[in-house]
Amino acid sequence: MPTTATAASAFADVTTSNSALRRFLHGLPGVDAVGLEARAASLGTRSIKTTAKAYAIDLAISMIDLTTLEGADTPGKVRALAAKAVNPDPTDRTTPTTAAVCVYPDMVATAKAVLNGTDVKVASVATAFPAGRAALPVKLADTRDAVAAGADEIDMVIDRGAFLAGHYLEVFEQIAAVKAECGDKARLKVIFETGELSTYDNIRRASWLGMMAGADFIKTSTGKVAVNATPANTLLMLEAVRDFRAQTGVQIGVKPAGGIRNTKEAIKFLVLVNETVGADWLDNHWFRFGASSLLNDLLMQRQKLATGRYSGPDYVTVD
Amino acid sequence: MSDVTRLGVFKTYKLYVGGKFPRSESGRVYEVTDSKGKWLANAPLSSRKDARDAVVAARKAFGGWSGATAYNRGQILYRIAEMLEGRREQFVREVADAEGLSKSKAAAVVDAAIDRWVWYAGWTDKIGQVVGGANPVAGPFFNLSTPEPTGVVTVLAPQESSFLGLVSVIAPVIATGNTVVVIASEKSPLPALSLGEVLATSDLPGGVVNVLSGRTAEIAPSLAAHQDVNAIDLTGADEALAKELEIAAADNLKRVLRPQPGDFSEAPGTHRLTAFLETKTVWHPTGSLGASGSAY
Repeated sequence: MPTTATAASAFADVTTSNSALRRFLHGLPGVDAVGLEARAASLGTRSIKTTAKAYAIDLAISMIDLTTLEGADTPGKVRALAAKAVNPDPTDRTTPTTAAVCVYPDMVATAKAVLNGTDVKVASVATAFPAGRAALPVKLADTRDAVAAGADEIDMVIDRGAFLAGHYLEVFEQIAAVKAECGDKARLKVIFETGELSTYDNIRRASWLGMMAGADFIKTSTGKVAVNATPANTLLMLEAVRDFRAQTGVQIGVKPAGGIRNTKEAIKFLVLVNETVGADWLDNHWFRFGASSLLNDLLMQRQKLATGRYSGPDYVTVD
Repeated sequence: MSDVTRLGVFKTYKLYVGGKFPRSESGRVYEVTDSKGKWLANAPLSSRKDARDAVVAARKAFGGWSGATAYNRGQILYRIAEMLEGRREQFVREVADAEGLSKSKAAAVVDAAIDRWVWYAGWTDKIGQVVGGANPVAGPFFNLSTPEPTGVVTVLAPQESSFLGLVSVIAPVIATGNTVVVIASEKSPLPALSLGEVLATSDLPGGVVNVLSGRTAEIAPSLAAHQDVNAIDLTGADEALAKELEIAAADNLKRVLRPQPGDFSEAPGTHRLTAFLETKTVWHPTGSLGASGSAY
């Protein structure tokens, strides 16, 4: 399969200068906001029941990046979260593991110690998360630390200030530099913070910019601002990865993060994936949920399907 | 204009869940008739998902309501009586229709229901002294027993006494700090649904009382088996249903109040207040006892 490196070379001519890049990004077709939201809303009306629901719940659990990004994170909390990622429901061992745990760089080693020998990956935010307001060498050092500590995935934030000011090449070069820092040790997720990009057109441009610069995943948001993942902005990013693969043959993953709190919403996102990019993305290598409280709701729904009784918050952990 | 016939404005009766007035998630309604079979209104026919949503709302409200001071809960219960007083005429009409009573008998029933709120309003900050207290123990401890609310309580409201009976079963449950999911009388749910409108304007936090209407035998089993419901009052269940529900409720050791004989017009006593209380006992060390028999 073609890699992100081949994609980068395919776009070598448009990334030579800021003006060329600007011409390319502003030449992308405009987004029909009303149509996009209507499409996302109509895909959210599907009724997913019984066996399909059971499949969707297990798939959603396996796609979760179980996240704790608080100033108050302690090693104990990270260890507890990692243990939960490996064994989300101790009363039912058939529950799949989550895809990864997502922590701050200084907690990577702690999480890694618990997760060694399991399939659960360690994702680390980096590059002065969540604001991204630091000099490039600081961002690169942040990334290097996380990779050295054993992170399998790096979630970087773009410099929204530079993006909104039109300094696209600067953003491009920063992503490429972080990608180089990750090397082949870690997959790179690029966070656009869609809630700060103001328009759907900007989200489309940012998506292409990220993919051209070598992102393995494009991710909606940090979870730290008012507007996080919505069905509409995720649909838009799914369309971008679909078009990108059609053009270059390179497949890029998508990660909505923040604001997805219950099973019903998660299943709506899975419907979006299936209807927009198809079954190729219905796998935790290509699609993730950045979430923390979502897992408990999925587990309660799973218990309901297994036992026929509604479960309650007394039967899942308090994170 | 007086010869022009005015079009009637029919009321859409809705559920009361989480402080809001939703229709049933299922979109279903059923016809409610008066005691002579004349159509009165359509009431929502709740599904088990409505019951689930109601439990979520009740659980969310529990922390705030059980943590409120008993004095504050008493004030709010009294406020409900005040609000009911202002809408007396409406409830007299609805109770008369629902139960086939004359106007004066229905008025007596509504008065009794209002008085019942006042009765339980007074009990909120007194029940602790009656059933709790300091226990004499042979050691250097303060030993205190204090009644605590059980949690989320499902109540099957009485089928016959659609208003006084309803008030008599939910008021004692919330007076002590529990939150309630109540299934209204199947045959005559309208007074219960209207009571929701009164509760919404009485400073009662949303979710403390959640009113569902529909088929008792359809909604109750999922509530009886619900792992996040702490207790169930089977007043409105017939013998067969009560047995089935009690078995389902055993799974997470729900507290069960079986149907009690008796007339709701009688003095209520305190047994319904204590039915959904749990006694917590605290041992507080006081240090060694001095020669006087006290550590102080």
